Amino acid sequence: MIIHHPLLGPRDAAEFVYKGDVTLIDRPDWQAEDAAEAFHDYLYLRDNPAGEHRELWFHEQGDRSWLVVTRNTLTHEITKVELARDVARERGRSR
Amino acid sequence: MKYSALKILWEGLTGNKGWAPVWREPDPKPEYDVIIIGGGGHGLATAYYLAKEFGVANVAVLEKGWIGGGNVGRNTTIIRSNYLLEGNQPFYELSLKLWEGLEQDLNYNAMISQRGILNLIHSDAQRDAFARRANGMRLSGADSELLDTAGIRKMCPFLDFENARFPIQGALWQPRGGTVRHDAVAWGYARGADARGVDIIQNCEVTGFQIENGTCTGVETSRGAIRARKVAVCVAGSSGRVMAQAGMRLPIESHVLQAFVSEGLKPVIPGVITFGAGHFYVSQSDKGGLVFGGDIDGYNTYAQRGGLPVVEDVCEGGMAIMPMIGRARLLRMWGGVMDMSMDGSPFIDKTHIDGLYFNGGWCYGGFKATPASGYCYAHLIARDQPHEVATQFRLDRFARGAMIDEKGQGAQPNLH
Repeated sequence: MIIHHPLLGPRDAAEFVYKGDVTLIDRPDWQAEDAAEAFHDYLYLRDNPAGEHRELWFHEQGDRSWLVVTRNTLTHEITKVELARDVARERGRSR
Repeated sequence: MKYSALKILWEGLTGNKGWAPVWREPDPKPEYDVIIIGGGGHGLATAYYLAKEFGVANVAVLEKGWIGGGNVGRNTTIIRSNYLLEGNQPFYELSLKLWEGLEQDLNYNAMISQRGILNLIHSDAQRDAFARRANGMRLSGADSELLDTAGIRKMCPFLDFENARFPIQGALWQPRGGTVRHDAVAWGYARGADARGVDIIQNCEVTGFQIENGTCTGVETSRGAIRARKVAVCVAGSSGRVMAQAGMRLPIESHVLQAFVSEGLKPVIPGVITFGAGHFYVSQSDKGGLVFGGDIDGYNTYAQRGGLPVVEDVCEGGMAIMPMIGRARLLRMWGGVMDMSMDGSPFIDKTHIDGLYFNGGWCYGGFKATPASGYCYAHLIARDQPHEVATQFRLDRFARGAMIDEKGQGAQPNLH
């Protein structure tokens, strides 16, 4: 698979480490009433869709940036690659 | 029809005209006591043991495609019980015991061959870890031995003992491990279940669950609605897709595992051999092909094919322990979709929906578990109590902090 890095252009997926579903960006509030339950769902439960999947890849053997890759789990076709930093900021995170 | 050597001889002399289909092709009835979704090894084994051991024969097995067309026909056919943790090892030892009696029980030749499994040791720390594992195996009544290099050389003189980076220092040896003819397992269980009245319904895809007031009362399928008192899901590889129809999210990701087979060779590998410093395992089929595999590709996928980087990694693992494998040409390679769970261990459990049961999360170790998985799942379905060796395979174990993490990798499915 080739991942089109927003800064570095086309890179072999073998340079990356795969983390998992993009929901791992949305770390729950540890002070909330339902924090234990929220962390259980955050850590252990997955939608695991057959089709379009947004997921985190780490460019370990490159610029060490985290990317959000939109990829089809049935065809392996990649339709979108974003910097995870930008996605996190869009979701209201400070960094 | 009972199979015997005499029957084979008679049919051979009379033109093989007396063989009958091994199972019926019934239309679905409107209602069953138990519906099993998934006609793979585990689903068929569950139906067989439900009918034989637990007296529940009004059972249907619904299969989207044809039985045995999924992972039971795609694995590397290894059986073993060399786990460590008490949540796992007694279960896999029960499985190995069931394998040992399976052919007589089913009256079906599954070519079970206990040729032994050798887990190579490459460092002092690994020897300590395997010594502990060997003791854990013995606690469950399994067999295990630690071999030194002289013991390994007697069996496998062709290994690269003096490898500069990963010299072989010993091995964990389980003589009762081995290989099985995987397709025959599906066919044998199907024949046994069918003979006891189980309806095996192929080309019947489940498209939804009928759930009323928190109770599952049946399924919608491509061949119409079917009611049931109990619905048992057994679709490892597709668990996420099927359980989403019941509104459930699972502690599972789907990943692809590749497997490889070489051209047919004369007998060169006596048993199953695994590399301790990388991920590589190999055995030789009765046809002569070297059957081997390694790591999963490592990203979520439902495509039954993998990429070349893992092919390279697997082949490097093979070359590192037995350079002679470089002379063999690859005949076929393929992929199967795995339920990779969050701790590397499976689930055999009730769900929060009454009458809906779940079996899945087998990672890439489901084949060896087939008999015990079927037996324990049947026990759970028939009695609503887990079998004594499967009490820890619960869906809520993460919430309770009771993970069964053999490798100690944490909640990262692609590392198990």
